[in-house]
Amino acid sequence: MAARAMWKGSIKIGRTALAVKLYSAVQDKSVHFRLLHKTDKEPLKQHMIDPQTGDVVESADVKRGYIDDGGVIVMLEDEELEELEPEGSRDIEITRFVPRSALSHGYYDRPYWLAPEEGKGNYYALAEALEEEQRIGIARWVMRKKQYVGALVPEAGGLMLITLRHAGEVVEASSLEAPGGRALDKKELALAEQLISALQGEFDPDEWRDEYRDRLLEFIEKKSKGRAPKIRRLRPKKETTKSLEDVLAASLKAARKERKSA
Amino acid sequence: MPSHASAQRERARDETRSRAFWSGTITFGLVSIPVNLFPAVRSHGVALRMLNEDGVPLARRFFCPKQDREVADDEIVRGYEIEKDEYVVVTDDELEALEPRKSRDIDLRRFVPADEIDPIYFERSYFLTPAGESTKAYRLLGESLDQNKRAGIATFVMRGKEYLIAITAEKGIMRADTLRFADELRSAADVGLPKKLPKAKAADVTKMRKLIDAHAKAALAEAELADEYAEQLQKLVAKKERKHEDIYELPEEAEEAADDDADVIDLVEVLKRSLQSGEKSGPRKRARKAALRKRSTRKRKTAGKR
Repeated sequence: MAARAMWKGSIKIGRTALAVKLYSAVQDKSVHFRLLHKTDKEPLKQHMIDPQTGDVVESADVKRGYIDDGGVIVMLEDEELEELEPEGSRDIEITRFVPRSALSHGYYDRPYWLAPEEGKGNYYALAEALEEEQRIGIARWVMRKKQYVGALVPEAGGLMLITLRHAGEVVEASSLEAPGGRALDKKELALAEQLISALQGEFDPDEWRDEYRDRLLEFIEKKSKGRAPKIRRLRPKKETTKSLEDVLAASLKAARKERKSA
Repeated sequence: MPSHASAQRERARDETRSRAFWSGTITFGLVSIPVNLFPAVRSHGVALRMLNEDGVPLARRFFCPKQDREVADDEIVRGYEIEKDEYVVVTDDELEALEPRKSRDIDLRRFVPADEIDPIYFERSYFLTPAGESTKAYRLLGESLDQNKRAGIATFVMRGKEYLIAITAEKGIMRADTLRFADELRSAADVGLPKKLPKAKAADVTKMRKLIDAHAKAALAEAELADEYAEQLQKLVAKKERKHEDIYELPEEAEEAADDDADVIDLVEVLKRSLQSGEKSGPRKRARKAALRKRSTRKRKTAGKR
């Protein structure tokens, strides 16, 4: 059963427009819990309170404010905050196209599918063109009163928008200093490289499953029927006293053996 | 009962570790690399606080509607709704016990070309810092990953949730990106895209390529990833401060509460210290950790400071 579109927009590249429908590409599969009162298992309610008096403040009476470095609080009125909201628009403005490598991983946030509304020819042509060019588009749009920046990417023959984080949010490795220490041994480096080669493969997302989630749900099912399995504590790992070189060599031997028998 | 001095040293060691999102071990074949995991992403610039009409910062509390009162932390449990209004309680111990023995380690058994991972899988970015006395194994793995342009793939369980992770290295610093599992992403078919995609006309593709070329650049412009909303908000705040409009003072009790917020830690500072914390042991290391602890008890900056 097809999902419902969250929003409708129009990809704008120069004067070219492409009507699209936007869908969330993420499905939440995580196990969600509610907070309960220990004694009567009653689901708890959250309230905002004045910590000095303990009085509950209803949401209608809650104000918003900013607290600066000096501990000064500036209260902001709802009207003032509303004025800051970006103007609504259906445009997904593409400002430029850059190579895929121009964007580091840390910036990617949430993916959305774009499905064609009309002018289907252009939609698939754009997807193919982006793939051939190995480029991504940098996009700006306003959705539900929020300003977004994202990457327009080709995906499985169609198009996706992946929202991006803001410049100040991502710490770049270039702002950090690598840990120092004695120079690395050539032999150890060679062994490490060989070990990586022995364990080489392709990234196949279908190969990986969230098994913990499955076990958790199974446990919950059993517990609800009064058949909870016993709890065992994890034992701490034993430290190895072997040299790094010996350990690498042993790993390589084991990895090669495993590959052969696979 | 541990001596006061050793308890202090233990606390200092824990100081760095406790700021880390997680501490554990990367296993690479039989090699064990103790690491700390830190977020590489700061929460966005301008967090607004909830206040009452007198400007007092509010706190969040939990209430039992049945008994019509606030409940303390030790009266709270987590429950899974197995049927409508029927809950099964799951304790921290149970969540932990469900982790298989090896899941506490990030066991790298597969290496893939780093640039082959589709960006739709990237969820959250973290930095890995060496947690052991020696940084050798850390640097060795980092160097090998960087040189060969590879990502190590593994799954591990942290705080009651399983993560798929890709570990890469750049200029001697290792980072970990959590990845979405395949079933957490909707397929093209799920959003109504046809299984058999129509083939685009060659002429249309050429037209699109020309359009792309006309707007092609080598990199992003710095301004493109700016947080405009945050900038506008800062301007509004500055204006109101200048005009002394709607200004309130943080009450003393609230100051202490603010210090407990996770957001107030200077992430880059903590990362820098953690990256340099290995390979030097003895009095210097202890002194550095004591300094870190001292600095943390001073009033910290709130979220929103650039």
